[in-house]
Amino acid sequence: MMSKYRLDHLDQLESEAIHIMREVAGQFEKPALLFSGGKDSITLVHLALKAFRPGKFPFPLVHIDTGHNFQEALDFRDALAAEIGEKLIVRQVADTIKLQNLTEPKGKFASRNALQTFTLLDTIREFKFDACIGGARRDEEKARAKERIFSVRDEFGQWDPKLQRPELWNTYNGRIQKGENVRVFPISNWTELDIWNYIRRENIALPSIYFSHEREVLEYEGQLVALSEFIQREDTDKISVRRVRYRTVGDMTCTAAVESTASNIDDIISEIIATKTSERGETRIDDKVSEAAMEDRKKSGYF
Amino acid sequence: MDILRFITAGSVDDGKSTLIGRLLYDSKSIMIDQLEAIEKQTKNREEGDIDLALLTDGLRAEREQGITIDVAYKYFSTPKRKFIIADAPGHIQYTRNMVTGASNSDLIIILIDARHGVIEQTRRHSIIASLLNIPNVVVAINKMDLVGYSQDTYNNIVIDFSKVAASLGLKKVVYIPISALDGDNIVDPSTHLSWYDGPSLLDLLETVEVEQYSNLTKARFPVQYVIRPQTEVLHDYRGYAGKLVSGIYRKGDQITVLPSGLQSRISAIEIGGKEVEEAFAPQSIVLHLEDDIDISRGDVIVASADQPKVSQELEVLLCWMGNKPLAEGNRYLLQINSRLVKSIVKEIQYKLDVNSLEKQFEPGTIALNDIVKATIKTASPIPYDAYAELRVNGGAILIDETSNVTVGACMIQ
Repeated sequence: MMSKYRLDHLDQLESEAIHIMREVAGQFEKPALLFSGGKDSITLVHLALKAFRPGKFPFPLVHIDTGHNFQEALDFRDALAAEIGEKLIVRQVADTIKLQNLTEPKGKFASRNALQTFTLLDTIREFKFDACIGGARRDEEKARAKERIFSVRDEFGQWDPKLQRPELWNTYNGRIQKGENVRVFPISNWTELDIWNYIRRENIALPSIYFSHEREVLEYEGQLVALSEFIQREDTDKISVRRVRYRTVGDMTCTAAVESTASNIDDIISEIIATKTSERGETRIDDKVSEAAMEDRKKSGYF
Repeated sequence: MDILRFITAGSVDDGKSTLIGRLLYDSKSIMIDQLEAIEKQTKNREEGDIDLALLTDGLRAEREQGITIDVAYKYFSTPKRKFIIADAPGHIQYTRNMVTGASNSDLIIILIDARHGVIEQTRRHSIIASLLNIPNVVVAINKMDLVGYSQDTYNNIVIDFSKVAASLGLKKVVYIPISALDGDNIVDPSTHLSWYDGPSLLDLLETVEVEQYSNLTKARFPVQYVIRPQTEVLHDYRGYAGKLVSGIYRKGDQITVLPSGLQSRISAIEIGGKEVEEAFAPQSIVLHLEDDIDISRGDVIVASADQPKVSQELEVLLCWMGNKPLAEGNRYLLQINSRLVKSIVKEIQYKLDVNSLEKQFEPGTIALNDIVKATIKTASPIPYDAYAELRVNGGAILIDETSNVTVGACMIQ
């Protein structure tokens, strides 16, 4: 009888995310939306359009560019920002390295992932951002599973998992001291499959690297890493051309491709339903350092 | 497919992690690399079997101590439903974290070890279920394998818990004998427990009625943000953005803005930029009114025909979450949905003993995790419904204005 007034799970998740974004707009003076050109932050932009149109976004899009990104994701980022007419701020990790005399990591897949935090914190200081909206999901990783939707960080961006504020009902306390900021995660309760189903339902455009394409890759400990100027080549490298796609989009140095012939969203969803490996497990080299790699990075200011 | 949010509270010994592990494993939500990672860690720590608690306890401190400190959210789905598990600590020291997990739950699984029956912790978790008005209670009587699948043991526990449930006014209580370790009655009915003819745990989770669908009568719309593009084309556009926390709104409905009491009619409703004829909870919408009246963040737009109470004095059951003690005369910010006002704790009537359920009228110092009945006076009027009737418009938090920390959860009476 009541079925007319039932929301399916995607509608519920969408409404929750819009509510959270509007809380940010209502509670903060200088928020920002962290936007990388990956599927999760593209979904955030789509949700922000639903939350704030016909008005402008009450925040700029901000990208912390490691310089190791996929060109396809960067092009997509610029095109989307232009299309919706919202402000995009890009800050380069390379500039921070120069300015602060940081040491570039070395090694075969030297990743600037950790250095990103320096640029992020500098950018927060530069623009006096008091809240940063991000596309992290709790199903991604076990430290993320613990984080509140409004996550208060100190002036060093540090997360203290033992001092999290109680977060009751849908009431979010975003009050902070000067210098602190809040990381806000509107799609905390979405799973990878929810994201893809939503992208299909809403017909959201994505960078081409999410779909099957041919690419020259290097096989390393069972993972396929795209050949690029950012990784060290050796004579013993096993290099081949494969049909791959990306399940997540991060740096070229620490994101692995998966072999796939999925050329449209339906095929991708079928693959994800059938997969036996988790999103980060299959594609992220940076999580494999230790069992608490993500917790440690969050504690030192990472997203 | 809809969503069921449920909470399980407890520590490793209660079989909570095994239960969650079992639900995730049997619904194929644990991936190979995650299992391998657990195996590796188990070896690191020179233990024997795979420890499923490692899957749920996400912090280093938790893994080191073998306890759950804060809520972790876990996800799985079946063709019928998406499930969000709030995997919460059970120990008294972390009650505030359990309350965080409980506040959004439609259902609580209270685990009872069949060997021990109803214990202090069972009573404490039941109080939280009652206090936060979690609509459905499942009493999972676990480790039935260790009591020879005895129906008598089960029956005695049911009798004991019924008394607790009756004293707390818990209504929808379902009992299920299980063995999380062996999977009895988790997904499939158990051959060991043929005397039990109720649903398996997953059957129940898939079919239990979710609360929000009964929240369709009292229309409540807390305004979060006002959309005013101020462009040439949309010069007069003024939309009130927010989430309809309960009820249904249709174009033309007579509304009242609280606390001002100003009245108007709904001239248009938008969802995601598209105009619709009606909207219902919990949709996020934009409302337009026929009249240009003063409305800002923190105001509540309600159906004129069915209004909440409006008061500057609130009787509340308060779960204290601050590290500093609570005392009469203390001042806090009170936040209910998007409304934020100054407030003062006028009187503390009694403290609730969470073990005996007795009211202590000379409570002494009120410390972290205490539950008290109090009167709070606010600087401006609060539109509210009784928490027991409408959870989404009857719960408020207290914020320490000097530290900005959330220090209290109020269930308005």
